[in-house]
Amino acid sequence: MTGIEIDLDIYPDEASLLEALKRGDPEACACMIKQYAPRVYAIAMRMVNSKEEAEEVLQETFISACKNINKFEGRSALGTWLHRIATNATLMHLRKRKNREVSLDAPIEMQDGYAVHREIEDWAFSPDDHAMNSEMRDMLETAIADLPETLRTVFVLREIEGYSTAETARILDISVSAAKVRLHRARLRLRQSLAPYFTQPV
Amino acid sequence: MSVTPVHPHQHQADDCSRVLTHLNDYIDHQLAPELCEELEAHLAKCDNCRVVFDTLNKTLYLVNQLREDPADLPEDVEYRLFAVMKLDQFISGNE
Repeated sequence: MTGIEIDLDIYPDEASLLEALKRGDPEACACMIKQYAPRVYAIAMRMVNSKEEAEEVLQETFISACKNINKFEGRSALGTWLHRIATNATLMHLRKRKNREVSLDAPIEMQDGYAVHREIEDWAFSPDDHAMNSEMRDMLETAIADLPETLRTVFVLREIEGYSTAETARILDISVSAAKVRLHRARLRLRQSLAPYFTQPV
Repeated sequence: MSVTPVHPHQHQADDCSRVLTHLNDYIDHQLAPELCEELEAHLAKCDNCRVVFDTLNKTLYLVNQLREDPADLPEDVEYRLFAVMKLDQFISGNE
C-alpha cells in the first residue's frame, strides 16, 4: 500500500471501527479513509471524468460520511454506504455541470444501438492465460472514459459498482428499460473500442 | 427481369440483429428459455455473432477485473484528503 501509512489492524472488525467512528476517534477516520478512499476516488473518476471534480467528490464523500456517521445504522456494509454517498455526490456534480452536451435524463433512441460491424476475427486474448496488465488497464479505463456520459454512468454503476439494473435506474432516475438499453449500447461500444487492441488476423 | 445477387450473410441479417438485441439479456441470464434456444442455435451457425458474443464476454471479464482491483489513490490526492479531514497528525507522521 502506498502513501500515508495507517495501521489498519487497530480495529479488528467493522463493528469496532464503526463504534470508534461514532466516538469521533481520528484513528478510525484515518482507517476508514485508507481503506475506502481508493474505491471512492475510482468511482468518482470514472463517472465525472475529471481529476479535479473526482477529488472534490472524494472529499465531499468523507466529510459527509463523518458528519452523518451517527445516522448510519449498519444495515449495509460501511463500504456500500460510502459508495452510495460517493455515487450521490458524483451525480450532484454531473447535474451541476453547465453546458452539458446531453442531459442525464435525455432519452436514447432504441433503434440504432445494435449496429455491430461485421467482424469475424476473434480476439487474441483469453481470460485463462492473461492477467490484466497495466497497458490493458489503461486502455480499458480510456475506453470507459470515452463513452458518452449517458452510457458511462449506467455502465459504471451496473458493471463496476455492481448495482442491479433496477437500482441503477433508480439512482439515475430513469426507467429500467432505458437503463437496459444504455447498458447494452455501452457494452457494445466498449467491445468495439477494445477490438483493435485485441484483434489479430486469423 | 434481373435478379439481385444475394450476399452470403443476407439471409441471416434479420436473425443477427434479433440476436444482438437479446444478447444483453442472455449474458445477464434474463432471457426467456425459448429465446435462449433460438439465440444459441443462431450462435452455433453464425461466426460473426459468435465472435461478437465471445468478445463481449471478454470485455466484461476485463471490466470485472477493474472492479476487483481498484487503482491506488494518487499520493497528493490522499494527502489533501487527510488535510481537509483535519487528520494532519497522520500526514506529519509519514513525512
